[in-house]
Amino acid sequence: MAEWIDAKPKNKAAAWLEERLPVIGLVNNVVGVDTPTPRNLNYWWNFGSLAGLMLVVQIISGIVLAMHYTPNTLMAFDSVERIMRDVNYGWLIRYMHANGASFFFIAVYIHILRGLYYGSYKAPREVLWMLGLVIFLLMMATAFMGYVLPWGQMSFWGATVITNLFSAIPVVGDSIVTLLWGGFSVDNPTLNRFFSLHYLLPFVIAGVVILHIWAKKVSDSGNPLGIDVKSSADQIPFHPFYTVKDAFGAAVFFAIFATFLFYMPNALGHPDNYIPADPLVTPGSIVPEWYFLPFYAILRSITFDIGIPFTDVVIIPAKLLGVIAMFAAILVLFFLPWLDRSKVRSGKFRPMFRWFFWFLVIDMVVLTIVGGKKPEGIWPVIGLIGTAYYFAHFLVVLPLLAKFEKTLPLPESIANPVVKAAE
Amino acid sequence: MTMKLAKTIAIALTAVAGFAGTAMGAGAAKHPMQMEWSFEGPTGTYDLASAQRGWQIYKNVCSACHSLKYFRFRNLAELGYEEDMIKAWAAEYTVVDGVDDAGDPKERNGLPQDAFPSPFPNPEAAAASNGGAVPPDLSLIAKARHDGPNYLYSLLTGYEDAPADHEAPAGKSYNPYFPGGNISMAPPLMEGIVEYEDGTAATEEQMAKDVVNFLMYVAEPKLEARHHMGLNVLLYLLVLVVVLYFSMKKIWKPVKEGKNFYKK
Repeated sequence: MAEWIDAKPKNKAAAWLEERLPVIGLVNNVVGVDTPTPRNLNYWWNFGSLAGLMLVVQIISGIVLAMHYTPNTLMAFDSVERIMRDVNYGWLIRYMHANGASFFFIAVYIHILRGLYYGSYKAPREVLWMLGLVIFLLMMATAFMGYVLPWGQMSFWGATVITNLFSAIPVVGDSIVTLLWGGFSVDNPTLNRFFSLHYLLPFVIAGVVILHIWAKKVSDSGNPLGIDVKSSADQIPFHPFYTVKDAFGAAVFFAIFATFLFYMPNALGHPDNYIPADPLVTPGSIVPEWYFLPFYAILRSITFDIGIPFTDVVIIPAKLLGVIAMFAAILVLFFLPWLDRSKVRSGKFRPMFRWFFWFLVIDMVVLTIVGGKKPEGIWPVIGLIGTAYYFAHFLVVLPLLAKFEKTLPLPESIANPVVKAAE
Repeated sequence: MTMKLAKTIAIALTAVAGFAGTAMGAGAAKHPMQMEWSFEGPTGTYDLASAQRGWQIYKNVCSACHSLKYFRFRNLAELGYEEDMIKAWAAEYTVVDGVDDAGDPKERNGLPQDAFPSPFPNPEAAAASNGGAVPPDLSLIAKARHDGPNYLYSLLTGYEDAPADHEAPAGKSYNPYFPGGNISMAPPLMEGIVEYEDGTAATEEQMAKDVVNFLMYVAEPKLEARHHMGLNVLLYLLVLVVVLYFSMKKIWKPVKEGKNFYKK
């Protein structure tokens, strides 16, 4: 564990303050811009700071939107259109926030996949990994509730479908749904509490992000080779090296973000959400935003009850099983540090794991496609196979690989290969 | 490495956009005709002459049944109309505004800041006059349908006789571009139904094109400002990317040379 280092500011005023309230030391010990960092981090390590930047974009644009938005079923849709038409640069702020959600998820998904490939979840970084998953769960809740706020058709019906899932929980399910709705259907109280929580949760996320960064500081950054830092030769100060690299990555990422924001602001949305919510008209197909599609596919893939064979006794009905599968798809990631017992962290030195990693990525893409289709014809079958493979990857493949995979020899230190590559 | 990463991201984004597209394309309706529109593409702008003709169509034809609740008379200035003309148009309508001293609803002539009045007092009245179907508000229609502008154009010009095996219910018309094929709206655009102020021949295709240009403007009034700002933002970011890239290369040089920054 990294030891606590007291800050000794040279500036007199800062030193005076530090003696009375050691905030500079606190920030240095939790974040620390001059933290010694592995010298070999590649571009996949950019996506953590990118996700952080997107959180800031979302919070700032969201606060401005909240100044103009009205959380009332009769006025919400109109207030969003007012933002688009009459508020100065309202269109910019709203398109930034709507597309920002997608780009936040893009950054986070790449960040998670990077962690999966390079074994970032392994000791001593289990807590760091789990805090990341907590952030991911909070993001999903926040994004879901945010999508309800414009009170379009997809807002309303998405909220109806997703909140109804909780009714599958035995005994308390219906009470939970009533609590979520604040009544007996998705209505004004639902919109009000979703707005309240949508404003609250990003700050909870920000808090967990601080813990996430602190855990990273304590357990040190991982690195593409997956080997521990052996000497100071393996490290460089975070600033200016990774600050400039992160800034470069951010500029590239923002350019792609801006392309969507300014030239195809509605490409990632659903046209039905430009129709005001109507509880009497169900849209042709209810699809969540793209970043939920794999989990939506897992939810819908289960269409069979589990019961006692040759009797009519149902132990777990299909709906509940689907809900369990959907939540389990994320919960299983919490156990990843103990499911994958391979001593080697990085996929670079795991020839078989590497294949299975890419199979998992393909599986996620397939599930994303399935989630966007109507559950007809061949799609439910593909969805079920995709779901089965998803769980098999974590529960069967990874534990077996740890036992039987022959890993490649690890390099001596981070500094050596880096030096060689530079020559 | 940078190129490789950029390429990976580009592919991923294209894939994501593709899924979003296929997810929307549900329904058995005929795929819309693909037209060319001046507002498409990164430098797209509105064809104001066409949008003005479209406004004439909306005012004389569509507004008999369809409201345009987010469109205000003053917005017509952005289509190139003079203030006097806008005031005169607004004044043609009567709007209810507050109550008088006796507590009765007060009516006045329309003003530029008023929204375009709805042809029906409420959805029930709209449904009663239209065989049970409420004509949708058109303020956002160009964005509220998949492939909106092409869909609207195809729908407006796509009325035809129902095929032999298809029977349209009473009061409905057959239109293959409409989901299910049976649409409550009778064919709205007949050749010569309006006489264009600028002398353009009012063919069905011309009117459909003009009204789509107008409705796209109404749905996305800030499109030109958006395209313009986007260009500036991207140029700025491009310069920033180049500057940061070379700064990074320079700053990282000692690292690449294997320097140990912690050697005392």
